Amino acid sequence: MGGFSYHRRSKQIIATFSGFEADLLRSLASQLVELLRNEVAAPAESDDPLEALLDFSGPTTEPEDPVLKRLFPSAYGNDEEAAGEFRRFTEGGLRDGKARAASTIIDSLEEAGLPPELDEDGLVIDVELPIPDAEAWMRSFTDIRLALATRLGVEEGDEDFWDSLPDDDPAGQVYGIYQWVGILQETMVEALWAAS
Amino acid sequence: MSAPSPVELDEPEVDDLVAPATPWVTIVWNDPVNLMSYVTFVFQKYFGYSKKKSEKLMMEVHNDGKSAVSAGSREEMERDVQAMHEYGLWATLEKQD
Repeated sequence: MGGFSYHRRSKQIIATFSGFEADLLRSLASQLVELLRNEVAAPAESDDPLEALLDFSGPTTEPEDPVLKRLFPSAYGNDEEAAGEFRRFTEGGLRDGKARAASTIIDSLEEAGLPPELDEDGLVIDVELPIPDAEAWMRSFTDIRLALATRLGVEEGDEDFWDSLPDDDPAGQVYGIYQWVGILQETMVEALWAAS
Repeated sequence: MSAPSPVELDEPEVDDLVAPATPWVTIVWNDPVNLMSYVTFVFQKYFGYSKKKSEKLMMEVHNDGKSAVSAGSREEMERDVQAMHEYGLWATLEKQD
């Protein structure tokens, strides 16, 4: 709960996370970096369905990977050649930018005291973000949500379906994480508005 | 005292000067993921539009499935589309009808 708010005196965007929440955010951001930097990542192999669904850094040998396709959509609806040219000139830079934004999340959390391995209970992580870093977080929240939604197959107006899933359904749990990142993003947008 | 001799200037070819640059538009498409507040924020931040105009464009995307959010030369629209992709919005460019 709580999410982000603008701290007028320090002119920073602040939030408090539990160690578990901070660790989860780091894990999501890390997978995004992995996906963006490593196109030939091996297919995820896991017996744990929750882990398998959360792992969107899966096989990406071809740009047909649905997450990458959504992160780097075709710029021209019906001109393949122009779309290819555009992609050739922009995708590298876009990938780097998105990976940098996700790395900002990881770096901010670790600077705020998140250890490499979370092994203590009751850890509290206070992040204090200068505006440019907060904007990087906000953009990366979008990429993380797009990745999770694409893997889950989220569609317009299907909230009731996800809410109807039993508590122990891994897809429902991932959807809960997707919604949580959405709430964080909502408070981040409000905080950035307050700052402007 | 002497006056500068008048200089004869060629009449500029008006047609060439006012010929409009080929109009292209950036289209943002609806998707089930992006938050309404976020889309509004992006239009405000990147295009420098007022909050009111940004909200109007966002509502067009939301209700009509798409909205033309900027217009200009093809190069300018490619820059805008690239920026929208940076923000995770689904955008394309096309020649205006």
